[in-house]
Amino acid sequence: MTAFPTARLSVVAVVCSFATAVAAQTTDGRRSGFLDMSPQSQALQKDDTANPAMLWVLDGEALWNAKAGRADKSCADCHQDAAVNMQGVAARYPAFSAEHNRPLDLQGRINACRETRQQATPFAPESKELLALSAYIGKQSRGMPIAPPNDPRLAPFRARGEALYKQRIGQLNFSCANCHDDNAGQKLASAVIPQGHPTGYPLYRLEWQNLGSLQRRFRGCLVGVRAEPFAYGSEEYVELELFLMSRAKGMPVETPAARP
Amino acid sequence: MARALINVPPKAKRGEVIEIKTLISHPMETGYRPKGDGSFYPRDIIHKFVCTLNGEEIFRADLYPAIAANPFISFTTVARESGLLMFSWIDDRGEAQMESAKLVVE
Repeated sequence: MTAFPTARLSVVAVVCSFATAVAAQTTDGRRSGFLDMSPQSQALQKDDTANPAMLWVLDGEALWNAKAGRADKSCADCHQDAAVNMQGVAARYPAFSAEHNRPLDLQGRINACRETRQQATPFAPESKELLALSAYIGKQSRGMPIAPPNDPRLAPFRARGEALYKQRIGQLNFSCANCHDDNAGQKLASAVIPQGHPTGYPLYRLEWQNLGSLQRRFRGCLVGVRAEPFAYGSEEYVELELFLMSRAKGMPVETPAARP
Repeated sequence: MARALINVPPKAKRGEVIEIKTLISHPMETGYRPKGDGSFYPRDIIHKFVCTLNGEEIFRADLYPAIAANPFISFTTVARESGLLMFSWIDDRGEAQMESAKLVVE
């Protein structure tokens, strides 16, 4: 990456980020990690033919229409057109599932549907299929404001997520809030610490050279503070996501985003 | 087979310089990544990319292990005639992925 802060270059950068700031920055100072990226990475996310995450979206569309399981049903057989019926769904997840008596994130919902409706084996965590389907469903909400459901049954889970967010953890004894509230915008080595709004998951990280879920991001942070990561699909992650989504309420969904 | 995304301008004026952008999903396994037992994941990269217009080659690239997964290749050409653009990516397993796109020159 070039680092010559000539006047002209910074003007270009300001114009670029201003154009997208409308979508990514709220008036209350919350900002998406999108704004902390270089103009080149922002361009990558904005161009659907350059954003590698779109490859997973295409796979997801194929999976949406593919029959699976003993029920021999596809997602489309029940939900029909994703562009219509999945609009805004990712913006309101995690949601409470009465069947499970706990909140489910979008990936949990996909796997629950797979098990009960399609009678197929659930996808493995971080599998290409699960990421592809959640990216495809997530994309249907792109640009819509994050709208956590106002469901009183979610409140205790959200409170536990908030407690976990503020809980010091690991050998380095850091909480999420230590970085993402107290020191957001500062640098950790060469990287800008984002505010930690999960607006674009699953997203393509250039470092991963792959699409990854929010839970993979959580694992990265937990390992970073030398804590034992929770297992994929654990309730802790869903609770944390619940809290983060309420914290990011109203910010536009960017799925499938790209990040460095 | 792998997914590919191709971006060709919908219409081009004769003599205009156009940018063609391609993106393909591929692991681009370098051959240098060790497994748990000390052996290496075998190299599997796309080593050649070719674009032809009406059968005539207009762009070719050799790719090497340092190129990231899901390679994005963008190049420019002068729009001289309408026709069919054929793209092919050839990887170490000898598999060739072919895609096509129409180029309309007015």
